[in-house]
Amino acid sequence: MVTYVFLAAAALAIVFGILAIAHRSPIINVLSLVVVFFALAAIYAVLGMDFLAAIQLIVYAGAVLVLFLFVIMLLNIRSVDRLGSGRRLQAILGALTSIAIGAAVVVAIATLTPAQGAVAPGSQGGTAFPIGRSLMTTHLLPFELVSLLLVAALVGALVLARKETR
Amino acid sequence: MNPTMIPIPSAWILYLSAVLFVIGAIGVLLRRNGISIFLALELMLNSANLAFASFAFRFAGASATAAHALNGQIFIFFIIAVAAAEAAVGLALFIAMYRRKETIDVDRFNILRW
Repeated sequence: MVTYVFLAAAALAIVFGILAIAHRSPIINVLSLVVVFFALAAIYAVLGMDFLAAIQLIVYAGAVLVLFLFVIMLLNIRSVDRLGSGRRLQAILGALTSIAIGAAVVVAIATLTPAQGAVAPGSQGGTAFPIGRSLMTTHLLPFELVSLLLVAALVGALVLARKETR
Repeated sequence: MNPTMIPIPSAWILYLSAVLFVIGAIGVLLRRNGISIFLALELMLNSANLAFASFAFRFAGASATAAHALNGQIFIFFIIAVAAAEAAVGLALFIAMYRRKETIDVDRFNILRW
């Protein structure tokens, strides 16, 4: 059962991932990416990472992609350039580089010893409670730094997007 | 949590992550519209998250303490937070760029070329 859920989510992620980068309408790109993020959330949920599945949906599908949609509609972008419609050399080199990176990664994965994952019997998996406790104890400093980063990003975004007044 | 083995080889998740990374990289390298590049970048970030999830899953049973078993998931949490900050700043940059030239085609922004 779990295997089928994973395979279905993987197929969805790949198909809509291709749609997200290949379709000419930016709205369809963003909505396809929403489907990809839902599929990834399903995979996290299947792996027992409940909290991650939730924040994947809330932060990515809920906040980040809505921001994308908002900017696309604000700038009124009706259609974007076709994939690889720029310089021919750039398109060929870009595709070759990407596929070379992918081939290298696949070779690296294939040399790993095959292992099946398992949730540690003593742990509670990835629910909000153990993750929250870990964030507030072991990882407290990076957690506070992230809050600083978010404030900086908020102020930076405001300053950048503000209308220039002289 | 069910302590029995979940029948997904962690390598499958890694392969999926590699495929999504390649799709995202092709999008980043072949598109010229800034927003499209940014979308493909988000896909690449998510494929990296998936690789972290795969290794967190793979080594969850092997780590010495329960606290360490969560480190991979904590990493994904921080990546998502940084990605949200990056999306906010990046999209604000695109709005500023659009104000200046009425386009977000990245080929048109070349004043930093030598």
